[in-house]
Amino acid sequence: MEHYNMNLTLKIWRQANSGAKGSFETYQVKDISSEMSFLEMFDVLNEQLIAENKEPIAFDHDCREGICGMCSMYINGQPHGPWKQNTTCQLHMRAFKDGDTIVVEPWRSRAFPVIKDLVVDRTAFDRIIQAGGYISVDTGNAQDANALPVPKKDADNAFLAAACIGCGACVAACKNGSAMLFVGAKVSQLALLPQGKPERETRVLNMVAQMDKEGFGNCTNTYACEAECPKGISVANIARLNLEYIHAGLNSE
Amino acid sequence: MTWKQFFSASVGKKFTVALTGIFLILFLIVHAGVNSAIFVGRDDFNNIAHFMSHNYIVRILEIGLFVGIFLHIIQALIVWRQNAAARPVGYHMSKANKNSTWYSRSMGLLGTLILLFLIMHMSHFFVGTKVALYLEDDAPHDLYEKMREVFSNGYIVIIYLISLVALFWHLMHGFQSAFQTLGLNHKRFTPLIKTIGVGYTIIITLLFASMPLAFYFKWIE
Amino acid sequence: MSLDAKIPQGNMSEKWSAYKGNVKLVNPANKRKIEIVVIGTGLAGASAAASLGELGYKVKAFCFQDSPRRAHSIAAQGGINAAKNYQNDGDSVYRLFYDTVKGGDYRAREANVYRLAEVSAAIIDQCVAQGVPFAREYGGLLSNRSFGGTQVQRTFYAAGQTGQQLLLGAYSALERQVALGNVTMYSRHEMLDIVKIDGKARGIIARNLVSGKLERHFGHAVLLCSGGYGNVFYLSTNAMGSNVTAAWKAHRNGAYFGNPCFTQIHPTCIPVSGDHQSKLTLMSESLRNDGRIWVPKAKNDNRKGKDIPEDERDYYLERRYPAFGNLVPRDVASRAAKERCDAGYGVGTTKMAVYLDFADAIKRYGKIEAGKNGIINADQDTIIRLGKDVVKEKYGNLFDMYEKITGENPYETPMRIYPAVHYTMGGLWVDYELQTTVPGLYALGEANFSDHGANRLGASALMQGLADGYFVIPYTIGNYLSNEIATASIPVSHPAFEAAEKSVQDRLNHLIQINGTESVESYHKKLGKIMWDKCGMARNEQGLREAIAEIRALRESFWSNVKIPGRVDEMNNELDKAGRVADFLELGELMCMDALDRKESCGGHFREESQTPDGEAQRDDENYSYVAAWELTGNNQWTLHKEKLQFEIVKPTQRSYK
Repeated sequence: MEHYNMNLTLKIWRQANSGAKGSFETYQVKDISSEMSFLEMFDVLNEQLIAENKEPIAFDHDCREGICGMCSMYINGQPHGPWKQNTTCQLHMRAFKDGDTIVVEPWRSRAFPVIKDLVVDRTAFDRIIQAGGYISVDTGNAQDANALPVPKKDADNAFLAAACIGCGACVAACKNGSAMLFVGAKVSQLALLPQGKPERETRVLNMVAQMDKEGFGNCTNTYACEAECPKGISVANIARLNLEYIHAGLNSE
Repeated sequence: MTWKQFFSASVGKKFTVALTGIFLILFLIVHAGVNSAIFVGRDDFNNIAHFMSHNYIVRILEIGLFVGIFLHIIQALIVWRQNAAARPVGYHMSKANKNSTWYSRSMGLLGTLILLFLIMHMSHFFVGTKVALYLEDDAPHDLYEKMREVFSNGYIVIIYLISLVALFWHLMHGFQSAFQTLGLNHKRFTPLIKTIGVGYTIIITLLFASMPLAFYFKWIE
Repeated sequence: MSLDAKIPQGNMSEKWSAYKGNVKLVNPANKRKIEIVVIGTGLAGASAAASLGELGYKVKAFCFQDSPRRAHSIAAQGGINAAKNYQNDGDSVYRLFYDTVKGGDYRAREANVYRLAEVSAAIIDQCVAQGVPFAREYGGLLSNRSFGGTQVQRTFYAAGQTGQQLLLGAYSALERQVALGNVTMYSRHEMLDIVKIDGKARGIIARNLVSGKLERHFGHAVLLCSGGYGNVFYLSTNAMGSNVTAAWKAHRNGAYFGNPCFTQIHPTCIPVSGDHQSKLTLMSESLRNDGRIWVPKAKNDNRKGKDIPEDERDYYLERRYPAFGNLVPRDVASRAAKERCDAGYGVGTTKMAVYLDFADAIKRYGKIEAGKNGIINADQDTIIRLGKDVVKEKYGNLFDMYEKITGENPYETPMRIYPAVHYTMGGLWVDYELQTTVPGLYALGEANFSDHGANRLGASALMQGLADGYFVIPYTIGNYLSNEIATASIPVSHPAFEAAEKSVQDRLNHLIQINGTESVESYHKKLGKIMWDKCGMARNEQGLREAIAEIRALRESFWSNVKIPGRVDEMNNELDKAGRVADFLELGELMCMDALDRKESCGGHFREESQTPDGEAQRDDENYSYVAAWELTGNNQWTLHKEKLQFEIVKPTQRSYK
């Protein structure tokens, strides 16, 4: 692959804090290498801003290897940018060409209020997990790990659901701001495993109730979440959540 | 959990939409099937129409149909309003076409078009039938003639055809979406459901479209 | 102060059970009154906070990320070891213990390692019960693989995302305790100081990273589970936010720092592509099971890797270490790659990389597949196609990641790899109970020094983090807290809290008022370069002395010329970074001092003055069989305390992989 350098125009959402009114600012960056990651390009821009006595852009990031789920950014109309099954930190500048204009916005959702610039508050996801995204087993209570065989197919499907990194791209992509893929993935993972069975009914009911309380929208099956999920989590997990919900709802007293 | 809790949760609301949707999908089969009798003959059609408006079972089912349509609309409107509120600040730039189809994102709009059409459609055919039945002491009512009269107007035919386009796309998403909502997403069954959905949608809309066209272009007497 | 490791008496295999049987307990009614502060929510922190919450303590957990689930344990790929012996291949607690002590080049404390091996099996049970989806066989039982050159299959894994799955398991246990009200979670909070009252750790000063406000939090005990300090090198496989600040504040408050120079350089990472590089990405060690490492035989060979004929390639690991070949331990593989590149045989544009080639593996697997499918005399294209499918199934996600980052297709051209800083074996000195030299202050996981000696074996970091959090601290902390039941919660208006908060506030104000000309990032990069060049894969006396002088000068420059925009009382990422880099600038000097003191080569620490005639690391057990525990005695002045290592069971021998 040939390397090249590029000059870019960046239109980036700036917002001083959660209460402030934000707006777009335009910046120019020069000699960006095609080998840089998107966030390294932001590092360059921030160094430039600091040198110009301006405030650098706040954005969330941590592992920069596509697994912690902390990076966000709605890049040119898509969460995590143009590459499929990819996070912003793994997006590389090869995806762009000299002279491009790139628009960068924060995740937009009532449940993810903007904290500053491109940083949003995703603690709603933690509260959904608190509502039931676990198996109640105190440390030391476990039986031998091989005492309970799990069919390989179920274990594999549980793993695929558990691969969710909790980044919130599903919510950002969904026209309804729905969190069903995130919740569906966790409900599915635990529903597929025998260990999760005892609590499966209360789990799905409580997690859905919390999801609604947080102000996420309702799923209308556009499947934008699946298309934009960096880990390719399937909407089959949403169907499984629906089924779990029917089962639990009808079974509850 | 109370029934109210069950159905007022986000997932529960969607069950209502999906279940009533499937009910309406079934209704459309009956509706298209019965109406297709116009291609058999005026008297056959009118006889069936008479049966449909007088049989008690059908009349009870008809109430169910109205309840279904009403719930489908109400729940969908609540969902639509809540969804609009879930993103108070929109995106400056959105490439939604990269991740979803336009019609899956436009069910509210398509549904509204269908609702407006329904108002006109009922005033054309349903009101007359009921007036004859209840207010005019079960006077004879030639529904076939009524159809010919309505569909002789080119503008109305065009409105019907446009509405069928809306119905087409509404069903293109709605058919398989209903099954997803009810929890059916399976490697083998889902492709089958999707194929049946497309086939159903094409056949139903073509059948309905053929009726005003047949009257307007006088393919049938 | 003399170091007492508090190792229980008795046979090695009975120490832990004897300890558990005699340790003092806190009764449930008293637990409710005791508060514990936990810093960090990785495997060690999340598991400790959850387990202590379950026991009934009142726990406050802190992380600087937006959610506890982001901690960098999540990035571990390969797996977790446990002495389950499910494969019936001769594994045992003893063997895991032995391998770990030997792998650590005999610089770990035997009793701690033995306990680690003992509790390893229970970790797997606990994780499975939590719903961690480990890989399974068709019969529904757990699958194991061999990892990092061990002779038994004891590694449990979940594809290449084992760390993620284990952390999400611990995170879910933590969130459950949050829901039950036993744990209060403080995310986007950074600990900026320890508060000591009457010599005991009694709380922390934390900064709310959103509002910029300082907060005081009381705890009867404080647990540091804040990870390693690899980011002192600027470039490492650590997350961008990983830092030493919590451990360093503890050190400044009297906790000794153990073996700071022991750093693990992982051999298989994606090489640096340019000055813009902000972090390095690991390619799992498992790739060395099938990939062959080589460089061209000629210097400055500019041909493409696949154009270089077989007889012009130098498979230097297979040449130097015929017995282990490409599977030599991490430290050996890393040094060998550096040696070749330094000698001018490196590849790629920067010449600081070697090839990891799958062409042979593809052919080998292709032939096996062709045989399985009954294809007789399969042509080359068919073999390669079938072989690629096998390789894709085994390593597909890693190959995809490589292609995203480099833009090169590793199925077609050999991967380029180079060693990168990955893990720090050093950390706060702790005794058998994981308590630092400050009473009431504990260190768990990568933040302590205890279990990996001078080199960590693959798949044992996850094991240690969870062992400390789930199965060690819940017992050992009781021994301290049982004496604290009479201590009522100390109000945070106490003068000690007041003074600590003021000193933190002053430091923040100072940093922001410097208003110089150079960014925090530029200082961090310069520090990283000094550390990598002079305290990296190979160290020598002259280089280390230079490094110390350079770091001191750089630190002075930092405190007079750093430029931090924005204010203290708001979200300010640059200020957050500045505080961390300021601490790295102190730690760097200590690491060099420690490396200077240790005139032997062992594990990840290679002193050029101490090597065998054929260039291998030469350990010196007579003079250096100790843990170096450094006490801060003044501003950047340290005193060395030595904890002599006693080997009751494993007799140190020179490692050989020839």
